[in-house]
Amino acid sequence: MALLHVKDVSKHYEKGKNVLSDINMEIFEGEFVSIIGPSGAGKSTFLRCINRMINISEGDIHFDGIDVSSLNKKSLRKHRTKIGMIFQHYNLVSRLTVIENVLHGRFGHKSTLQGVLGMFTEDEKMEAFHLLEKLGMSEHAYKRCDQLSGGQKQRVGIARALIQSPKLLLCDEPIASLDPNASKVIMDHLQSISKEMNITCIVNLHQVDVARKYSDRVIGLNSGRVVYDGESKALSSKAIHAIYGSEAGSLIME
Amino acid sequence: MTIHAYKKSKKQLTIFFVTLIGITLLSAKLTNFNFLHGIQTLPKAIGWMFSNLYISAQSLEKFPSVLEKLVETIFLSITSTTTAAVVAMFLALMGSQTTKVNNFFASLSRIIASVYRNIPIVAWALILLLSFGQNALTGYFALFLATFGFLTRAFIETIDETSSSSVEALRASGATYFQMVAKAVMPECSPQMISWILYMIETNIRSSTLVGILTGTGIGFMFDLYYKSMNYNVVSLITISIVVVVIGIELISNYVRRVIL
Ligand SMILES: Nc1ncnc2c1ncn2[C@@H]1O[C@H](COP(=O)(O)OP(=O)(O)OP(=O)(O)O)[C@@H](O)[C@H]1O
Ligand SMILES: [Mg+2]
Repeated sequence: MALLHVKDVSKHYEKGKNVLSDINMEIFEGEFVSIIGPSGAGKSTFLRCINRMINISEGDIHFDGIDVSSLNKKSLRKHRTKIGMIFQHYNLVSRLTVIENVLHGRFGHKSTLQGVLGMFTEDEKMEAFHLLEKLGMSEHAYKRCDQLSGGQKQRVGIARALIQSPKLLLCDEPIASLDPNASKVIMDHLQSISKEMNITCIVNLHQVDVARKYSDRVIGLNSGRVVYDGESKALSSKAIHAIYGSEAGSLIME
Repeated sequence: MTIHAYKKSKKQLTIFFVTLIGITLLSAKLTNFNFLHGIQTLPKAIGWMFSNLYISAQSLEKFPSVLEKLVETIFLSITSTTTAAVVAMFLALMGSQTTKVNNFFASLSRIIASVYRNIPIVAWALILLLSFGQNALTGYFALFLATFGFLTRAFIETIDETSSSSVEALRASGATYFQMVAKAVMPECSPQMISWILYMIETNIRSSTLVGILTGTGIGFMFDLYYKSMNYNVVSLITISIVVVVIGIELISNYVRRVIL
């Protein structure tokens, strides 16, 4: 059975203006899916519907066998702990240290009081250091986050998401603010997370070549509609032009 | 195209200045303010200041009692600012887009803050004078009410500017409201908030002089007393002490800002 099942989903912020229309898809465990499409196509909105940071207007989303729209406050919290999120601007608490930020990923599993007082078990701390080591960040564990480079911040973001022990990672343009070297480091980490830990990744991207290289499957969005859904190998240049709504040969690619 | 835009902005600038000068002249006319007369009396005013506003040896005898009132004023403004900051913190959490509980409370707290912020402190002092009479409590509440309106607004902006992204990340990971406030909003915003509080303490020392004149307390009362008995030497002693204290507080808060930011 699919991990994520999206059925006839529509979303509008203002009445009559659909940002997402009739989205249907199934995403399976361990899959690495890229979502590409022009600015304003609805990629970020779609990701945030999955962990219900945004409520959908119509249709339904099932994740891990649970109807996402029906969740109450407490079960929504539990739902979100199963989904890690990674952001373009990293969204770290910049005045706190790396290790503190990583441990923030555990709040969803804790009571309010334990979280507020910062009570973490030895296992959680070990896990945090283990993840930082895996991402090549252990020497920076006690640095404040505002002293890190963009690529390092994003690795902290990934560690914070992974410590949730998620089944799914939602990545909203994780490399849009990074140089090519740092981008490669981040994408390699995401790929190995998906392959080795069997965590499903849905990644919004603006770079078609990156999407093609790393993902198993590419979904193309345009004006809130799925205009392409298929294997990344099968993504033809004709399909790319259809996704971006442009004439052949008029895009910047390699 | 660009030359056209440049000409257009130049024209707008000219219109702006002509309008400004026009408004100035019109308001001078309406208020019977005579520029020439104003300038003519300036030398005389300065002369009077030099011959009357100096500190004499005799007025220095009053220094201990001035100091006492000054300390009273400083503590009044610190107490009113810090208590106002606590209330402002709650209202700001309700009113900020990042940490609001729901839209109703968000609008409510923004409206409350805006009303209290826009009533001048002098008006507060006069209104409260009617219900509390001439005592320190009146001064305290006047400072408190004006400060908490201002701080709420400042805190709301601080929260929305500096912590919305990390709050989004924590919310997405399933954190509770108080976890987000304690672990994302507080660490990110506290330096900026402390800076605002220090600024308000400075401002309140200055305003409490004025409020004191109205409510008959603190350094303002003393100022009023010697002013009315035409003992201008003590008046200048008081004024200079206030200036020294305000500059001192400003230096301290600049130092604190450098350390925390
Ligand atoms: N809170 C909101 N209120 C109203 N409209 C919104 C809101 N958020 C997004 N939109 C609109 O929804 C549409 C889709 O936005 P979204 O951010 O999902 O696009 P995107 O594909 O992620 O774009 P980008 O590649 O630039 O990040 C846009 O037209 C945007 O203006
Ligand atoms: Mg986006």
